Amino acid sequence: MRLLEYQAKSLFAEYGIPIPKGITSTDIEQGRKDASVLGFPFVIKAQMAVGGRGKAGAIQKCQNADEFELKYPDIMQKVVKGEKTRAILLEKMADIKKELYLSLFLNRGKRCFTIIASAEGGVEIESVKNQIIHEVGLGNVDAKTAEDVGKQMGLKDKPLTQFIDILQKLAKITIEKEAELAEINPLAILGDESVVALDGKVIIDDNAMFRHDELRKFQEISELEERAEKSGFSLVELDGNIAVVGNGAGLVMSTLDMLSDNGGKPACFLDVGGGATTETVYEALTLISKMKKVKGILVNLYGGIVKTTTVATAFIKAYEDKVLDLPVFARMSGAEADKSKEMLKGSRTKMFDTIEEAINAAVIEMNKNG
Amino acid sequence: MVDLFEILIGKEGDKDYQKKPVIVQGITGKFGAFHTQQMLAYGTNIVAGVTPGKGGQKLEGVPIYETMNEAASATGAKISIIFVPAKFFLSAAVDALEAGVKLLIAIPEHVPIKDALTVVELAKKKDAIVIGPNTPGIIIPGIMKIGIMPASPFKPGRIAVISRSGTLMYETSHNLSVANFGQSICLGIGGDPINGTPLIQAFDIIRNGANIDGIIVVGEIGGDAEEMLAQHIIDTKFDKPVVAYIAGRAAPKEKRMGHAGAIVYGNYGSAESKVSMYAKANVPVAKRPAEVSMLLAGKLGKGRIK
Repeated sequence: MRLLEYQAKSLFAEYGIPIPKGITSTDIEQGRKDASVLGFPFVIKAQMAVGGRGKAGAIQKCQNADEFELKYPDIMQKVVKGEKTRAILLEKMADIKKELYLSLFLNRGKRCFTIIASAEGGVEIESVKNQIIHEVGLGNVDAKTAEDVGKQMGLKDKPLTQFIDILQKLAKITIEKEAELAEINPLAILGDESVVALDGKVIIDDNAMFRHDELRKFQEISELEERAEKSGFSLVELDGNIAVVGNGAGLVMSTLDMLSDNGGKPACFLDVGGGATTETVYEALTLISKMKKVKGILVNLYGGIVKTTTVATAFIKAYEDKVLDLPVFARMSGAEADKSKEMLKGSRTKMFDTIEEAINAAVIEMNKNG
Repeated sequence: MVDLFEILIGKEGDKDYQKKPVIVQGITGKFGAFHTQQMLAYGTNIVAGVTPGKGGQKLEGVPIYETMNEAASATGAKISIIFVPAKFFLSAAVDALEAGVKLLIAIPEHVPIKDALTVVELAKKKDAIVIGPNTPGIIIPGIMKIGIMPASPFKPGRIAVISRSGTLMYETSHNLSVANFGQSICLGIGGDPINGTPLIQAFDIIRNGANIDGIIVVGEIGGDAEEMLAQHIIDTKFDKPVVAYIAGRAAPKEKRMGHAGAIVYGNYGSAESKVSMYAKANVPVAKRPAEVSMLLAGKLGKGRIK
């Protein structure tokens, strides 16, 4: 789960990492009240789970009420890399002297947490120069390590003392909240030598959420995603019109690739998990039928242990119950494939021996319908 | 480090050669019970199960113990496979390693990163091998399987398959089998960000321990395991054919594609990055799973496809 900036900053505040004064709203009426509490000038910041907000105009300075009336609605309806604005943070402007970079992240290759710090922050991590990289095991950072990192960045005096404190607190957040990434970029040194987190990006390990009820309030999950999660499915919604369903994340990704290679447009990625039963496939079809953009369904199931007839039964039931009214292009390997084909004869589900054939048929059908 | 093959099958002449005893943790759950029966049917020597509260009972003739310690000391088994739900994985894995298990197959999906890292650290101290979590397990076709893979895709031979994905391991192995490329071992390293045995380690274990003509690496987006492997192949001048597949080329960035480990941040973990590193290592990357056996045939330089 990727926290929005204001959510990450609320964690920072809870742990004592300094942040600028700010207020979050989701409509302009509340925004106007926030503005009068905060006082001009301030920064209007779109809250969305994506980088590159500044370049996209989703973060803008605001000097007075006239500007506010123009900029607030403009930023509210921004879409950056497919991500919509979910809230707006109004934040006091800071008198920035220097911008630093600081993060703790899960280093998958080294299988440990790693600090990345730089005295040249404020740009995307890929462009951050002179990175200081330090491995810290399960994430604990002692004062000595924090001091070493700060000194390597060339910090001294008050900023160094504050940096040591902030780094240790960021490490505490990483460990206690089970984050995969906790990033402050920029971490700013202000005119008065104080150090403040001007942005925040925190990604929590989804698989650890069962231990973190306190973070549930940050979880924004669509009705469909919630239902998928309850069934033990993985669902990613996409922009196209062909729903892609299968058992196993790798197999579904692979199907998505092949569909795209053939000019098809995936509407979603739906992994029903390693096994496939009549119930799980029926539930998957029910979920997809609720997505309006879907015009056809591509199914790729690796049978193995599961009999394909079990799955065919789910399709037949879904049509009978009128849950499903879409063409299905299915490939099922495994036992009793011929019998399943016989069962599905005359229905809107076409069975194919290979996924390539199923994809071709799906793409042709979708093109036919414009 | 301990030798995987010695623990897994032993040496010719061992009285339990290819019949090493295996313990199933979480044997009475629906999933554990089903796969215990499947593994027994394939020839795996399952000697004990563990489920707290069910000690003294039997499942498929396999005695059940209360604790890992009891099961391990009663049987002498050094191999364990875990089927418990993710939130109980850490304690099950710690029990197994403390009881002297040297090869731990971790099936559960959705294990928290912190728990996986803790188990990795403990396994290092105990000189044990962990495969997974979120793995289908290991199969030596025709001999034994410790995992949840179906038997039908696999047949004995001299190609090794290493995979980050379960169903793609089955799919790829099935295609290989049809093309008459049997497998000496198929190993799932798991779809999580943290692997008990990372790709490079799995690769080295297999190149040093198995009789192989070539290695298939089934990867996916996320992390930099494929990039590291490609560099490793270059550095160590591995000269047998390696063919790769990478799932997730069409996946959007910053979206987790089913597997906890399948996520791209910027260029980190992208398919392009992996394909270009593989190209440097002279490893061809198949566009679709069915292409793997064709590329392998090309690499081996002989038309083994019937």
